[in-house]
Order: sequence, then C-alpha cells, then structure tokens
Amino acid sequence: MILALTIGVLVTGAVYLLLQRDFLRVVLGFVLLSHAINLLLFSSGGINRRTEPLGGGPPSTDTADPLPQAFVLTAIVIAFAITIYLLALAVTGRPRTPQDRPPEPAPPEQPAAETGTTTTGTDRTGEPTEPQEVTR
Amino acid sequence: MTSTLLPLLVAAPLAGTGVTAFARPGTRWPIRLLVAVLAANLLAGVALVTETRDGTVLAHGVGGWVPGIAIPFVADTLAALMVTVTGLLTLVCVLFALASGTGRLRLFAPLVLALTAGVNGALLTADVFNLFVFIEVMLLPSYGLYILARQRQGDPAAVTGSRLYVTFNLFVSTVFLAGVALVYGTAGTVNLAELAGAATDSPLVAAATALCLFALAMKAAVIPTHGWLGRTYPATSPAVTALFSGLHTKVAIYAIYRIYAVVFDGDQRYLWIGVVVFSATMLVGVMAAVGADTMRSILAFHMVSQIGYILLGVALFTPAGLTAGIFYLLHHMIVKASLFLSTGAVETHYGTGRLDALRGAVRREPVLAISFGLAALSLAGLPPLSGFVAKLTLIMAAADAGQPVVVAIALVVSLVTLLSMLKIWNAVFAAPSRADGPGDPVAGGGQLLTARRTAVRTSLAVPAAVLAVVTVGLGVGGEVLLGLASAAADGLLDPTSYLEAVRR
Repeated sequence: MILALTIGVLVTGAVYLLLQRDFLRVVLGFVLLSHAINLLLFSSGGINRRTEPLGGGPPSTDTADPLPQAFVLTAIVIAFAITIYLLALAVTGRPRTPQDRPPEPAPPEQPAAETGTTTTGTDRTGEPTEPQEVTR
Repeated sequence: MTSTLLPLLVAAPLAGTGVTAFARPGTRWPIRLLVAVLAANLLAGVALVTETRDGTVLAHGVGGWVPGIAIPFVADTLAALMVTVTGLLTLVCVLFALASGTGRLRLFAPLVLALTAGVNGALLTADVFNLFVFIEVMLLPSYGLYILARQRQGDPAAVTGSRLYVTFNLFVSTVFLAGVALVYGTAGTVNLAELAGAATDSPLVAAATALCLFALAMKAAVIPTHGWLGRTYPATSPAVTALFSGLHTKVAIYAIYRIYAVVFDGDQRYLWIGVVVFSATMLVGVMAAVGADTMRSILAFHMVSQIGYILLGVALFTPAGLTAGIFYLLHHMIVKASLFLSTGAVETHYGTGRLDALRGAVRREPVLAISFGLAALSLAGLPPLSGFVAKLTLIMAAADAGQPVVVAIALVVSLVTLLSMLKIWNAVFAAPSRADGPGDPVAGGGQLLTARRTAVRTSLAVPAAVLAVVTVGLGVGGEVLLGLASAAADGLLDPTSYLEAVRR
C-alpha cells in the first residue's frame, strides 16, 4: 500500500509538472514519472520478499524477484539518456533576440498586430527571467 | 537462412553503428558501409519472406537459454514482410537523403544504422519488455536525426518540433513501460508466448495489456492522440520525414496487431472499441489534412487517417480483415514514403513546402509529377494501383463483418483524400509556371522561389519514382502480396505455430 501511495503521489506530481509552461519543469515532471514507473516495476515482482537475490544465499522463497530489478536497471539508463537529451533541448533554440523567433507558420488571416506577441512557442513567450535561470 | 542467424539482423547494423561512429568527418566510407548494410538487410528480409511464406515460423532464443527465460527472436510471415518493406524504405530514403544533402551530415550513417537495428529488433522480438527497449533503440537515433537534419538552417521551429517529439515519445514509452510492469505483476511473465490468451482469462491482464495497447496507439497517432504527428513530422528535413513515415508509427501498428492477436487471442468482446476509435481516426485525420497548408503537413495528417484504415483490419479480426489490414499496412508504408519523397524533392529544390508559395513557381517536373500523381491516386485508392486492392479488400472485409457504417466512412474518407491530394497537385505540379521573373508580388517566399529556374536533379527524383513503380507493381500484380498478407493473417488468427516455435 505504501508503494501504491508513493507511486500515486509521484504520478500526480508528474502530471502537474508536465502541464506547466516552462520546459525545465516538464523535464522534472518526466523525472518524477520515470521514478513512479520504476517503483511500479519493482512492485510488480511482489513486495513481500525482501532479501537480495545474490547467489547461494537465502532460499529463493525469501529473495526478491530479480527480473523486475533488471527491468528497472534498464529503464533507468534509458530514461537517463532521454533526460539528458531533453535538458540539452531545454537550453537550445531559445531565441536571444526577437529577430531569432521562428517565422510565422500562422494562417494568413491572423491580424498582423497580434503576431508579434503571440508567437507559436508557449514556453518561449513565458517569463523573460526563465532563460537566464537556465543558462546560469 | 536458419533461425540462429536471426539476431544478425540486429547485430550487423549495431556493429555498423559502432564502426561508422568513429569515422573522421568528410570520409565517404561510412555512407558506403551504410548502403551495403541496408542492401544486405533488404536481401535478408527477402530471404526471410521466402523461408516463412508457407507459414513456417523461425524462432531463436537469444543466448541459448531455455524457452521462457531467453529473449526470443521470432520471424513469421508478418515479421518477415515488415523487415523487408522497412528495409526497402530505409534504403530508398537514405539514397534520397544522400542526394538532398541530409546524408552528408556527420553521424548520419551511424544514426540510421542504429535506427535500423532498433526497427529490426522491435519487429523480431517476442518479449514485451524487450519490445520497449528496442522501441527506445529506434527512438534515440531518431531524436538525433530529427534535430541534426535541421542544424544547418539554425531553425528554432525544428527545436520546438524536436521538443514536442521527444517529450511525447518519452511519455508514450513511459506509459508502455507502466503497462509492461502491470503485465508482469498480473501475469508473471513478459514473454509473448507465455502470455498467449492471458487477457481472455483474466480481466486484470486484459487491463494491463490494454495500457500497452493504448501506449502503442498513441505512438501510432490514433485519435485522440494524433496532434503530435501533424506538428512534428513537417518540422524536420524532408528526407528524415520520409524515413520516419515508414518506421515509427508502422512498428507501433505491427505491435498492436501482434499483441492483440496473441495476448488477447483476437477477443471479440473489445473489437467495438477499435472500430469506433479507428473510424474516428480515418475521419479526423483526413479533415485535418484538408485544412493544412504545407505539403508535408497535409501528408502527415493523411498518415493519421491511413493509420485508422490499417488498424481497422485488426478491429475486424476476421481472416479477410486481417489480410486487408496487413496488405494496407505494407502498401501504405511504400506509398507514403513515395509521397514524402516526391514532395520532399520539390521542397529541397525550391526551398519551401508552402502551397501558396509554390503555386506557379515549380517548373514542369515530369518525373516528380508522375510519381506524385501515381502515389496520390494509390493513396486515394484508384485502380489499377495498390491502394485500390487495399481499400477494396478492406471495405469488403468490413461489409462481411457487418459494419455498414465503417464502409460508408471508408468510402467518404477516400473522396476527401482525393480532394486534398488534388490540392497539392493543383498548387505544385499542375499550376502553370510563372513566366515573369523576380518582383512577382506573391506572398510567402515568392522571391526566393523565382531564383530557382532549374529542374529538380534526377538523383532527387528517382527514389520517389522507384517507390511509385512499386505501388503500380503491387496494384497490377497484387496477387503475390495478397497471398503473403493472407499467410501473415493466418499466423495471427491461429498463433499456434508461433507459440510452438517460441516454446521449442
């Protein structure tokens, strides 16, 4: 039950963060989400056997299921690799000057006065302080 | 070809990745090695098809561990067909990438080789967790290709697209992993053969597997999670879009077919969900395509619509339905790649994909116009092209299964498909060339375009033409592929030989 509650809390936090504007928060949301799923994988092996599955030791009725542990180990490195890539994406592609903003893919009927302020990227038109925070 | 050689389909490209990653910039041998490995991969796929066309299933437990413990690599007719067609598409798209400049990027060869390894692994594996791992092996080099291909342009739109692509796919993979965890928790195994029929016996396993299927459906851009595809595929280089069009979503479709056939054993109780969702996918995808205004976003939304058609085959789960779905899958991969390549050639040469900018700016391009026209008519499903065979068999299967509404939707969507294909055709290929030079006050890159008064190079136009010829061949000589698709459908309907091969 503790595991289920923990997973629930982690998923809740992840969903909240994934729906935020700032890309860095989204990345944090993914970190929480992968934590939650790793715990889910652990619990899928049964949670009553708590001894470590290192050969020749206690009887196999007491040791934890090693297969989910291998799954988690694999999933951790995969999520780690993608998190690194996401973090790299978070600090690239931010327009430094207004001229660097992406060309308007907007439909022609959009009034010209609006286009300056409502550029497509939701995260980059956010608070001006955020990019500095990232690069520091 | 014996089953012991199956892991080579993953090992050879991976070894190629490792070798080519060390190449000095500017050298040509990585590209030659890439083309050689891809050609060998295609030949191996053809050999697999000849080996498995009578229903034989090749299986190999990697590492020689006992069945159930080892990760099984299995090739039945469906997997062999998929390996062949994805191999063909990768080869053709790489040739296009070499002609269009994307292929000269550093690390292009190792990334494509890693992508090939991931695709082959995901197609051959019979272990759900291993499927997750190979999907990641497919995705990670794709992220690299996605952003590298637009690096020269310094395009912030590509970064935005990349962010969406990576975050969405990471989310989907995580959901899939959650499904795998629940499958292991409820059923106690992730081996597909051990899971056979498990979802019909236990509603818990059914719910867990449904989560896996839901994740795969998101990866395949099924309604209501289709928006990512229309936004991300147009934002990278044309060669990379063409390459991805046949691989990522199609591997997800293959996995849905496989998992529903084996784990759910084609359970009739849940088929109505598929019928509803996939019909909606056909409709919404094509509506979005009509509204789009660049060539590639039109084609991307068409992909959504066609994915609905393909998955309808598994939602009918009759012999005719599965045959039609598999035929549609193979036909559609080829046609969509051909369309992305012919419009990609225009986009590479003229520098934009916007219809209003291209109108009248394109010179007469007979090769591209014919290959685009053939592929577009095939997509809409006109005889004598392969799309006609695919749509006809699918519609007849739906009628046999007593789904008149689906038949009506499939027919209406075909008309709208034709409409939006004509939109591209009229704007790009049929509009008269603008006679006067620069200074033409047409909005959206008109000046950029008038500078280009040369025709598209042959090497850019040939890859699209090759695939257009294939779709004509599959339409005129449809019997061959239809027979193979029928054998593949038999393998899904009655997975006994698949299961025996894995357990052996």
